[in-house]
Amino acid sequence: MSTATYTLPTPTKGFTRGLSIFATEIRYEFLRALRTRAFSLATIGFPAMFYILFGLLMNRGEHLGGVLVAKYMLGGYAVFGALGASIFGIGIGVSMDLSAGWLELKRASPMPPLAYVLSKCCSAIGFSLIIVTVLTLMGISFGHVHLTLGEFASIAAIAAAGAVPFSCLGLFMAFTVPPSAAGGVANLVYLPMSYLSGLWVPLQFLPHALQVIAPVFPTYHLAQLMYRSLGAQVPGATVGHWFGLLGFTLVMIGLAWIAFRRREQNS
Amino acid sequence: MPTLVEMPETLTAAHTAAETVASLTNVTKRYANGVLALDNLSLTLRRGEIVALLGPNGAGKSTAVKLLMGLSSPTSGSVSIFNADPRHTAARLRTGVMLQIGKAPEMLRVREHIQLFRGYYPNPMAYADILKAAGLDGIQDRFFGELSGGQKQRTLFAIALAGDPDLIFLDEPTVGLDIEARRSMWAQIRSLAARGKTVLLTTHYLEEADALAHRIIVINKGKIVCEGTPAEVKSMGAATPTPKQDGSTATPQHGLKIIRCVTTLTPQHLQAMPGVTHIESVNNLTLITSAQPEATLREMLALDQNLHSLEVQCPLLEDAFLALTSDH
Repeated sequence: MSTATYTLPTPTKGFTRGLSIFATEIRYEFLRALRTRAFSLATIGFPAMFYILFGLLMNRGEHLGGVLVAKYMLGGYAVFGALGASIFGIGIGVSMDLSAGWLELKRASPMPPLAYVLSKCCSAIGFSLIIVTVLTLMGISFGHVHLTLGEFASIAAIAAAGAVPFSCLGLFMAFTVPPSAAGGVANLVYLPMSYLSGLWVPLQFLPHALQVIAPVFPTYHLAQLMYRSLGAQVPGATVGHWFGLLGFTLVMIGLAWIAFRRREQNS
Repeated sequence: MPTLVEMPETLTAAHTAAETVASLTNVTKRYANGVLALDNLSLTLRRGEIVALLGPNGAGKSTAVKLLMGLSSPTSGSVSIFNADPRHTAARLRTGVMLQIGKAPEMLRVREHIQLFRGYYPNPMAYADILKAAGLDGIQDRFFGELSGGQKQRTLFAIALAGDPDLIFLDEPTVGLDIEARRSMWAQIRSLAARGKTVLLTTHYLEEADALAHRIIVINKGKIVCEGTPAEVKSMGAATPTPKQDGSTATPQHGLKIIRCVTTLTPQHLQAMPGVTHIESVNNLTLITSAQPEATLREMLALDQNLHSLEVQCPLLEDAFLALTSDH
């Protein structure tokens, strides 16, 4: 037993070192995602393009739920952006790390597994914040949107919070969908879910049946929180929407965990 | 007086009882789909040695390595790294891993990859030393995605060294390297062992195992087929294809050599000569495997004045490997 050469770090030293592992992991993951242009341009560009089309060019000057369409739609497309950043960043990102064996190498290292998950999640939050900022600037510049600092702070916070349940969904997808199908399945979740929860065309204008099933989706609840923060009248209590998101998050964490365990047992 | 007596004793003790660094003890691994990957397999890695794990595809090599890295758990038996569970952080802090990676994050620079992994360890290797050991000087600011196959491989080697680990797993470390880069990685691996580190190597290049390993473990169908120094493994392999008529089992024969020549002597005649274990004719060449090559040759030269084109070779590890892992 020659453990003499190896000295365990003191608890406080270990704590700060642990923090720095998390910070470095998050910083590099965000940097990596930003530098990957195919990802960063599409993730930011897609909601921006849709917002220009449906929020700024069409329905100019009209009102919805008591606010300008351009302002109302800002909320919907911010949710759309957060969903895209999370599903593509994590659903596909983790799936690729898995199939390439990179995740295995990371797991064999002393990296805390939580650092990996958090770095992906924080990167999605970062992208959600960038998207909400870009959309807001576009709305103010080209759509005559008036936004108080408080309103902006609250939609930014909601976008950031929304990246969490969507990241859990992405994680669940990464552990269940084969890597070759990840791209297709991601789009199959991303686009219909956005449409069905009224992010593109407000729910009021969709068939009644779709309005009834919309509350199944986390995007619906997040969008209602956005609209309300922007001063629009929306159905349902704020607390109910937060609970909807929390419930979805917990279900996804549970499913992701089960999927992960099943992979483990087969490897 | 007592100090004088004690000194040689401690010296010999240090030499003979090299510390066990990692072990698999009676490990059986059956996957959920029913495949038996390891069948009651035991192996030990000691301090300062380079061990090569060889076996055909599907033999259980990667399962054994995965168990040692704590990425998988055994169906029965036990796995231990530095007397701890390989999944414990304490064990992982002392190990470094190089795996065959399809794709590492491409938009991170070589420097960032190394620094990220260095950060996981409390006492990492100095950054400059890692660059030097892995031969990455001058390309540290390149993105991983821009590197050539060999440079990627060397970056992954650098990642394995990042924590200055005591136990290093290298899975096919020199795939895609040119001869020069391969030789320099070999030199690095040897110097790791010289510093008391333990290296477990899996490779398809038998030449690599031959050149590097202190000990080779050949596994097939989840079991150890043979284990020994490269020379011992070669002899065992050359001895297995033709069991002697008396039915004795193959035992390591260290002096085993292959004699190639053109001779008029008949196989029956050659078979009766001292030490001969195997005879094979290829075109007009005769290949004689002998455990006592000098005695065999003396007799052959005396009996056949016209013998020519003589060559004497050591059996190749490749031949031994094929013989040991063949199905019959």
